[in-house]
Amino acid sequence: MLAKSFWICLSLLFIAAMASEPARAAGKLNVVASTTDMAALAQEVGGDRVSVQSVARGYQDPHYVEAKPSFLLLLRRADLLLLVGLELEIAWLPPLITQSGNPKIQVGAPGYFDASRFAQILEIPTTVVTRAMGDVHPLGNPHYWLEPENGRRIARGIAGKLAEMRPQDAAYFQQRYQAFDQKLTQAEQAWDSQMQPFRGRKVVTYHNSWPNFAQRFGLNVVGYIEPRPGIPPSPAHTVELIGLMKHEGVKVILVEPYFDLRTPNSIAAATGAKVLVMTPSVGGEKQITDYFKLFDYDIKLVTDAFKQ
Amino acid sequence: MLSLARLRFPAPVISLLIVGLWALGGCPLRAQESGQMAAQIKALEARLRMLEAEVQALKGAPAAPPVAPAPAPAPPPAAPAVPQVAPPPGAGAALVGPLPVYGGAAAMSKVLNPDISAIGDFLGSAGRNSVRPVPALEMHESEVGFQAIIDPYARGDFFITFGEQGVGLEEGYITFTALPAGLVAKAGKFRSAFGKVNALHNHVLPWTDRPMVTDNLGGGEDGINDAGASLTRAFAGPRNLFLEATGQVFRGDSEGLFKSSRKSDLAVVGHLRAYKDLSESTNLDVGGSYARGHNELGSSFLTNLYGIDATLRWKPLRRAIYHSFTARSEFVWSNREEAVGAQHAFGFYTSGEYRLNRRWTLGGRYDRTGRADNAAFTDSGASALLTYWPSEFSQIRWQYRFARYAEKTDANELRLQFLFSLGAHGAHPF
Repeated sequence: MLAKSFWICLSLLFIAAMASEPARAAGKLNVVASTTDMAALAQEVGGDRVSVQSVARGYQDPHYVEAKPSFLLLLRRADLLLLVGLELEIAWLPPLITQSGNPKIQVGAPGYFDASRFAQILEIPTTVVTRAMGDVHPLGNPHYWLEPENGRRIARGIAGKLAEMRPQDAAYFQQRYQAFDQKLTQAEQAWDSQMQPFRGRKVVTYHNSWPNFAQRFGLNVVGYIEPRPGIPPSPAHTVELIGLMKHEGVKVILVEPYFDLRTPNSIAAATGAKVLVMTPSVGGEKQITDYFKLFDYDIKLVTDAFKQ
Repeated sequence: MLSLARLRFPAPVISLLIVGLWALGGCPLRAQESGQMAAQIKALEARLRMLEAEVQALKGAPAAPPVAPAPAPAPPPAAPAVPQVAPPPGAGAALVGPLPVYGGAAAMSKVLNPDISAIGDFLGSAGRNSVRPVPALEMHESEVGFQAIIDPYARGDFFITFGEQGVGLEEGYITFTALPAGLVAKAGKFRSAFGKVNALHNHVLPWTDRPMVTDNLGGGEDGINDAGASLTRAFAGPRNLFLEATGQVFRGDSEGLFKSSRKSDLAVVGHLRAYKDLSESTNLDVGGSYARGHNELGSSFLTNLYGIDATLRWKPLRRAIYHSFTARSEFVWSNREEAVGAQHAFGFYTSGEYRLNRRWTLGGRYDRTGRADNAAFTDSGASALLTYWPSEFSQIRWQYRFARYAEKTDANELRLQFLFSLGAHGAHPF
């Protein structure tokens, strides 16, 4: 008797589930990205045929996003999931995908898009990898979107994926990609010329989020405030870093917006360097609303500091 | 034999015929052909990648490093999509090039191995507790996890515990991720969704022990952990409210709580959860649970459990690793049928933890509960906690625990716990 009433409840739950599923209209494609950067690129290519949302905020550390249940509903309605990959979201995205109840975005499904497959990845380890190196990324550095050429590659990949999902809009996505490509080429010329006088300048960053940016724009990252990735600054390492900065003449410290500024400020006071809160993601500051403004903001910040 | 020359068709006509036939016959096949070509190209690419990897292996990597098995969400590092460039100027070690595959093409199957993780839980205890004694030093439980995607429709998770008492299956279940209508189902042996802490493994608890109400009314450390099936669905409620309903059926054997004397003595658990983001940093999670099963007295004796749970979290997004606060509470009512009437017992706990900085967290808990088989007996207790994280993969926790048991005895204990994890990066608990 107990079992019977339970089965009735379960069937009611099932019926309610089927009934409450909204009728799907062939309207905009629902794109959900794990970070604001992937969302920005998807918006560039998708235009008004897509509705894009991001799980993480631009001023949040993408390694430590909380897997809130409200994201489950967001993921359930998604047609396409864009992620950065390379274990950046490994601590929070997999359970969200599993519990979303959305077959379209499961790993390997058509709606699962790992952007790292299109990008050029730096720092892929060739030696034995252990956690003695900290919270190391064994597949390469995941902050690869900070190189405009990778932005181009990812956008091309997204355009292809969107065209695959909506063949009738394929020409539109291709045209949007071409427009993005042209705009990016022009912008790259401006950025390269702005950074040209400062190529080879030495900087120190808090976390190793800038290898692609540094390689492209000629910055020389000589050290990190974190002794190892994921390990907070220690007095011994800080002293060593101050010594290194004095020896190398490093005058600029780049800190991501989600790190505490006390240690960077004390290092700056000891070495006469300047602390810059440099954002690695779109939305890190209110005015950074797209991919282009991200580089505009960061490059202006860095060049202004170098000019002094 | 017909000779085309003898037919004397003018060349343009022949060309037109050929073009016409090709256009007519070729068009519908064109799409197929291009599809076939695309598939062929893909197959060739895959072969090329395999051959590249074999060449690498034959060249011999200098210090044959192990292949890191790819975790579930990232695609296997069989070959990067684009060739690498020289290392950035002035960067530390030159870390470039794809991971060499040791053993050639046959070793590629290692990328399909499950994610393996091992979590050790070492407990030390000082002080006296005559009612529920614990050992002075104990390798309490080591949990090994094997997790992988089974196929496009399901994933599998196994958590095997190795303790001083032997090996056990903590959880082992298949989760169906591709069901229609947003349903998520799982089948196997797993911790039920009664309340909040019942579903949590020991190593994700904010304490070194389980609350007293779990020990007295909730089946002890293992809780409601049984073989069965579960169905969950999330709903969007009004005003951005998230609702989740879970229904579970079990065999009816949960040590310390339910016992199935007949095949039809099933246990059921239901849980309704409501979650709301109060702001970007703050959220509230409230739930109601129900569990029903047969107790060890026999098939005609039921134990009903009713629970209410609430969790309030604050975590500022810009400083998430430095500050956070979580307050949680659970109230449980137990109705245990016995030979003479029924025992109505009640218990609850309230707990809070505040993260002081990146490495230190301060916490406290208050417990008060009756006993399932004797509601008149009341146990209460309080704990103070301090946790230190050298990194996110290891943890040291001190818990001072005071308990006043119904037998009018007090217990004072200081517990120390080392938690450490190896292997695949697990998900941070929410």
